[in-house]
Amino acid sequence: MSEATSSSQWLQQDFFTLFGLHRIYALNMDDLDSRYRGIQARVHPDRHAHLSDAERRVAMQWATHVNEAYQTLRSPSHRALYLLQLAGRPMALEDNTAMSAEFLMIQMEWREAVDEARHAHDIDGLDSLHRRLVREIKGRQAELGHALDAPDYDQAEESLRRLMFEEKLLQEIDRAIEAVEA
Amino acid sequence: MALLQITEPGESTAPHQHRLAIGIDLGTTNSLVATVRSGMAGVLNDQQGRTLLPSVVRYHPEGGVTVGFEAQSVQSRDPKNTIVSAKRFMGRSRRDIAHIETMPYDFVDGEGMVRLRTVQGDKSPVEVSAEILRTLCRRAEDSLGGELTGAVITVPAYFDDAQRQATKDAARLAGLHVLRLLNEPTAAAIAYGLDNGAEGIYAVYDLGGGTFDISVLRLSKGVFEVMSTGGDSALGGDDFDQRVFCWIIEQARLAPLSPYDARLLLTRAREAKEYLTYHGEAPITVKLGSGEYVDLALTTEIFSCITQTLVQKTMAPVRRALRDAGLRPDAVKGVVMVGGATRMPQIQCAVAEFFGREPLTNLDPDRVVALGAAIQANLLAGNRAADDDWLLLDVIPLSLGLETMGGLVEKVISRNSTIPVARAQEFTTFKDGQTAMAIHVVQGERELVSSCRSLARFELRGIPPMVAGAARIRVAFQVDADGLLSVSASEQTTGVEARIEVKPSYGLSDDEIAAMLKDGYNHAGDDAQHRALKEVQVEAQRLIEAVSSALGADAHLLDAMERARIDTGIDALRVTAISDDRRAIEAAIDALSRDTAEFAARRMDQSVRQALSGRNITEISS
Repeated sequence: MSEATSSSQWLQQDFFTLFGLHRIYALNMDDLDSRYRGIQARVHPDRHAHLSDAERRVAMQWATHVNEAYQTLRSPSHRALYLLQLAGRPMALEDNTAMSAEFLMIQMEWREAVDEARHAHDIDGLDSLHRRLVREIKGRQAELGHALDAPDYDQAEESLRRLMFEEKLLQEIDRAIEAVEA
Repeated sequence: MALLQITEPGESTAPHQHRLAIGIDLGTTNSLVATVRSGMAGVLNDQQGRTLLPSVVRYHPEGGVTVGFEAQSVQSRDPKNTIVSAKRFMGRSRRDIAHIETMPYDFVDGEGMVRLRTVQGDKSPVEVSAEILRTLCRRAEDSLGGELTGAVITVPAYFDDAQRQATKDAARLAGLHVLRLLNEPTAAAIAYGLDNGAEGIYAVYDLGGGTFDISVLRLSKGVFEVMSTGGDSALGGDDFDQRVFCWIIEQARLAPLSPYDARLLLTRAREAKEYLTYHGEAPITVKLGSGEYVDLALTTEIFSCITQTLVQKTMAPVRRALRDAGLRPDAVKGVVMVGGATRMPQIQCAVAEFFGREPLTNLDPDRVVALGAAIQANLLAGNRAADDDWLLLDVIPLSLGLETMGGLVEKVISRNSTIPVARAQEFTTFKDGQTAMAIHVVQGERELVSSCRSLARFELRGIPPMVAGAARIRVAFQVDADGLLSVSASEQTTGVEARIEVKPSYGLSDDEIAAMLKDGYNHAGDDAQHRALKEVQVEAQRLIEAVSSALGADAHLLDAMERARIDTGIDALRVTAISDDRRAIEAAIDALSRDTAEFAARRMDQSVRQALSGRNITEISS
């Protein structure tokens, strides 16, 4: 039965097409949100709970797929990764060789600052690091967007690598805050 | 908003009858049931006009079970056989339960979760909960005068997979068809949001008898989108009672207590706490079975002092939930307070201080969850009215992952992912010729497996021998709309597929449940066979109805041959359904389901296409 339900051409299409969007980085997020909700309002299992097993299965499959598509497009780094993949340039995530020494140096300084604040149980310090990093990340996303939509894929890869470094660092700050608060 | 004004895909062309559906708030301290009648959600009272059903179950020495006030009134007299707060034990082993030494029960280790030793044998918390559900179900059937289509049962948002599964098992045991497990704060948000036409970011602070939840939601044009959730599934009003209890023992210098005295003091502690909500000082006078007297006064100051750490303990999940949602406290437009424990002034103050605004108290914290559940149940049962175009998007509270080398957790699905959600991860073999792989599924945020909750262990066997690293084992996680997980694993490179499907189960196997169900029927003098047949007949009727209305709306999606096959299937099922051959009816249901799978897929495609039509392709911003 799952063979039959997966015959949907829609489920085979890329995530941009699924939402009726152009394949670009610079999406209007409000527009994406409203398209997502419009589709989810039709496919969500809650809308089909009283129907046949077959319909409920399709609903579950669709809702799951739409959630994945939305999460991918909603996240700047995931959207960028996905665009690179669609452009035939899938990125090997483990490969850090492209990072410049200067960038890695800055990263180390960040990490030291986070460690220091964590050991001092300095919530305000961690909070301000968090805010500063969020600003950095916003700048990086803009840089990434320009590169992707130019398109300049070499530059995009470079920016994306840096962005992912920074996002990981942000998670570490959040974890440190959680640890200090606990 | 045009995009939500849609006709329901399965909307019957013929006027269909109102299906009876209920919402149940299965609480730690009290439970209640609600339903939607003539478009209005309301709670259902018992014959004495009482709304709350104390979540207390007593097993009598002479056989028989009482639930509710009657059981509660004798809990001090018969503490071992009178189970209160069973919800705290759902899906829990002995070492998971806080303050277990002060509880008057004889706990027994059982498969998956604890059992309680009673005069009627060892009872699992699932069985105890099933008694409460059964009582509420009877109450609903009596007052609605008909058979129930199903129920939405609420669970704390922070319940893990084991606790959710246990709740669903309890419902099955009670003979209830579960339309959905719904998170308590989400249920409250639905009831509050629909009632007040709320738009914007809202937080729901839900402190119940034994659990604490915080959820942050975005309410926008009829969509309830949970952005993040957090909590503590072992923190609630009971813990405040516990603090008072310990304070009494300390102040009165009491010797170790008998189960009877412990129960009595705990009850007095709870009463004192409740009294303090409206008074500055609560007198505590008790004569214990041991002959000792207690005569104390608990002031607001002392109470605040001894419970301050508990209040603070709720704020850490609140901060985390906001962080997960990427929000500052001032972004929250309103804080909905749920659960009896939020009546405590200390809680209200702490919440007001944190969010910088007074919490919303224009709703009954005891009822709002059941009302929300009833509204959802009504919708899921198919009683959708024209203005019912709202949608709920909920999340999972805890990350799901797999054990990897060195006892580390590899996260597969992270917390706060919108459900339903699926994700797969690939692994490989690390030895030449390896034909099996152990898969250990865990839930939690920590990096070490030992700090997370173990959900399931299974082995994928029959992997064709290959050199190390050549096999590609794909482990797929699927979380459904109830927040329940299933896991499958398969080897990808060869045609030979080793595959296993796991639904983690906790303590109660399907066989056990079947046996208990049979017991229950024998008790009631009912016939299990008959009941099963009736269920299948109802299912057949439901399917015929659903397919017929689908044909009514979308027959153009089928060619003549496909149409004929479905028509034949309907006719066959209609004929079989009036027989008493359960197997034959099941077979006919399966056949019709199979034959309509493609039709269902096309209908969904069409529906999605309609959702996007009328929209320009893309609006670009810089």
